[in-house]
Amino acid sequence: MSKDEAKRLRERLNNELNRATLDHCVKCTICEQSCPVSAVTPLFSGPKFVGPQAERFRDGESVDHSVDYCSSCGTCSVVCPQGVKVAELNSLARAVMKAEHGIPVRDRLITQTTLMGRAMTPLAPVANAVLGNSAARRVMELAVGVAASAPMPTAHGQTLRGWLKKRPAPTKAPTRGPVIFFHGCAGAFFETEAAKAAIEVLEHLGFEVIVPEQGCCGLAEQSNGLFAQASDAVLKLVGQLRAPGTAAPVVSVAGSCGGMLKHEAHEILGLDDPDLADVGRRTRDISEFLMELYDAGELPTDFAPIPLRVPYHQPCQVRSQGMGMPAADLLRLIPELEVVESNAVCCGIAGTYGLKKEKYEIAQAVGKPLFDLVLELNEGLAACDTETCRWQIAKSTGVKTVHPIQLVHQAYGLGRLPGLG
Amino acid sequence: MARRLTADVVVIGGGSTGAGVVRDAAMRGFSAVLVDRSDLGQGTTGRFHGLLHSGGRYVVSDPGSASECASENAILSRIQAPAIERTGGLFVAVPGDDPDYGDRFLAGARATGVPAREISVREALRREPRLNPGIVRAIEVEDASVDGWQLVWGAVNSAKAYGAQVLTYHPVTNIEVADGAVRVVRCHDQRRDEDVLIECRFVLNCAGPWAGQITELTGLPPVPVVPGRGIMIAMNHRLVNTVVNRLIYPADGDILVPVHTVSVIGTTDVKESDPDHLPIPAAEVQQMLDAGEELIPGFRQARAVHAWAGSRPLIKDDRVASDDTRHMSRGMAVVDHLARDGVQGLLTIGGGKLTTYRLMAEHIVDAMCDQLGESRACRTASEEIPYDGDAKHYTITHRLADREADRLDDQIICECELMSRSMFTDLLDAQPLSTLDDLRRQLRLGMGPCQGGFCASRAAGVAVTEQAVDAERASGLLRLFLRNRWIGLWPILHGDQVRQTAIDHWIYSGTFDIEHLPEPAEEVVR
Repeated sequence: MSKDEAKRLRERLNNELNRATLDHCVKCTICEQSCPVSAVTPLFSGPKFVGPQAERFRDGESVDHSVDYCSSCGTCSVVCPQGVKVAELNSLARAVMKAEHGIPVRDRLITQTTLMGRAMTPLAPVANAVLGNSAARRVMELAVGVAASAPMPTAHGQTLRGWLKKRPAPTKAPTRGPVIFFHGCAGAFFETEAAKAAIEVLEHLGFEVIVPEQGCCGLAEQSNGLFAQASDAVLKLVGQLRAPGTAAPVVSVAGSCGGMLKHEAHEILGLDDPDLADVGRRTRDISEFLMELYDAGELPTDFAPIPLRVPYHQPCQVRSQGMGMPAADLLRLIPELEVVESNAVCCGIAGTYGLKKEKYEIAQAVGKPLFDLVLELNEGLAACDTETCRWQIAKSTGVKTVHPIQLVHQAYGLGRLPGLG
Repeated sequence: MARRLTADVVVIGGGSTGAGVVRDAAMRGFSAVLVDRSDLGQGTTGRFHGLLHSGGRYVVSDPGSASECASENAILSRIQAPAIERTGGLFVAVPGDDPDYGDRFLAGARATGVPAREISVREALRREPRLNPGIVRAIEVEDASVDGWQLVWGAVNSAKAYGAQVLTYHPVTNIEVADGAVRVVRCHDQRRDEDVLIECRFVLNCAGPWAGQITELTGLPPVPVVPGRGIMIAMNHRLVNTVVNRLIYPADGDILVPVHTVSVIGTTDVKESDPDHLPIPAAEVQQMLDAGEELIPGFRQARAVHAWAGSRPLIKDDRVASDDTRHMSRGMAVVDHLARDGVQGLLTIGGGKLTTYRLMAEHIVDAMCDQLGESRACRTASEEIPYDGDAKHYTITHRLADREADRLDDQIICECELMSRSMFTDLLDAQPLSTLDDLRRQLRLGMGPCQGGFCASRAAGVAVTEQAVDAERASGLLRLFLRNRWIGLWPILHGDQVRQTAIDHWIYSGTFDIEHLPEPAEEVVR
């Protein structure tokens, strides 16, 4: 990272329209009231402070390093009644700061999700043993600053691609046309169950599911201020998702990563790319996609009952996609399934935030109301749309946490979640 | 019963000129008293665009002023660095401007010693990407932005260190002349409600646009001061980080100055009769916004937060000796009342600019020494003025860095301008009789987008908590502060600032019911 990069970023920060939105701030403090981080720690001065206020004081060298305590959950921009791009301003300011003052090795490592997946898959038992070993984790914390107690992904011996190759071909011919499936890094390597369930549900509904070769969306790099790398990653992904065609919907099972395609790459990274815009327009979260079918009267609702109370948490970066709460709506179509919305702003992990040793405690405090609710209300299962949030909830509560599509998968009679009757 | 003081010289007017003069006189060993009818820097000095001229503006129209500005810019940058931000400046020609003016500009700059260099349009747009992309020429100069209040307070504190006294809220009520010489200045201490009588050898009238009112108190024919009114509008954030001027013969609305957190567009020039009543006409506001739009496309969509009017202290006097060029340069005029009216010990100074305030002081104190027959050398150009903290130039990030350092230990009272509680209480402790506006000028309290909506009530509350004021005075201070903010708000109310004003109104009328707070028995605030 160089001074040149900092300068380039600052030019964007200083002159693009996001900065101009600070003019809309009337100081109402709604963003500060809604910020999950400043509610639990004074180390973060709050979104209004580091956003529209501090931005008026920025030119030249970056001086407010505490902007890095922002978790990038994006809640501030969602709740702002005046249209201030608070999270976008903060992300840019952090990117400038990191470009100028350097990026910890740790932040470079934990953002390499695809690389981690590729490396860990063949060594799954070893990798899992190491990540599950508390002595090894303490060494990791000391050496690179990844909190010893933070949730780490579990590697599987088989990737999604391996499963796709080996499974028997779908027996039913497609009746509804193609969809392009976006599974994200976790869907490819760490948590293939959700991706498999989504593919089988889509095929059950008669879609031809095309799963193009695909890399990382760059969200983790973006939220760590690695804008150049994040831009390269998302543009590469856009090319991959466009390869099968430019008409079919792109259906995402990766909750937060879908938001990267829909709006964050444009609004935070500042990418003004027509291919990105095209993919963004066609991208639907899997639950959003199914609820659009439902609203059009095209979703079969012959669901088998699931007699269960399930706490459901909508992740911050799914909420910021501005689509309502389609996963909760969808789950409520399943007979006897009682869905309890968490009403929590954020689980704390915010991608990679809660992995960092200096932020681990903050992330745990942010997630505490959610963890308490899950612990109180669960009957063996919780549901959540984004992988890292599921790991955070599962790690912090001990409650198995699945993607909502996995419940839909069971309700369509396509499989059974282990432990559920 | 009057308090009595004695001094060699009484300086009337606490603007930049008076502050420079009292410092210069004190440094030359004169015992000096500065008096002002209100606070320091409350007149013209606080009502400008914040530009420390490079001289570029005058290289064609007024070469003498150009040279003076260039040398004073360098001097002030050295002696008052913390009050000055070295933003640099650009002169740009927008489509329709005479492209050949740039050649006259560069020739003028060479002739007057104003550093100037033409740069490519591409380079100018790289530095300031919000500039009109259609600009056809760009010349870089050494413009800077300056905080007029910091300039004045620095000079006054330096004067005090040399033994000078400074009496604010002391309007002059009479100047006694006996045997053809000035003997006594009478003023009234408004805060203690008592008369003050200052015996002196000399009076230096530095009252700017009010200088004519001062000479009237001597019973002499008034110096004809013609206030030249100009309006300025502060935009909510820095649309540019470099001073941007139109590359044209000086005209209205041709300067955009990034100063502190805002950018200021100015100005107009309209003859007025009363410097205490300066309107901010709607047509001129629209004229400024149009002028901004020519420099920065989208300017009209940006948020205007405050407008103000200041008046240039222009003196027109046909009877003043016009051959005394040593004490007079273009733009500034020293009126010698011995030559003009036969009264010893009285000089009036007018004209000039904030950038040349130190030089004006040097000229008038030189003239005083001449009349007194004393030879004392001016030292103000070489001695640095001490400021708290380091002596570096101001940069926009200073307060953000300060709050980053103390954010866990200190409360922030004014969020827009990042003024901490201890900044406020320390100053209130040092200047306990201050109004919130007096503190504002030194701290920037309430000068950001909320215009006092959130911070003013906090500040008033803190003042009560600190037992600096009682509840009645706090209510009075708060009301006065909001009333004064409103003067500069209503002329620019559109767009985002309307929403702000609405929420501020809900807070003050809805929550505080400020119109019906207990009324003090008598005026407790002025």
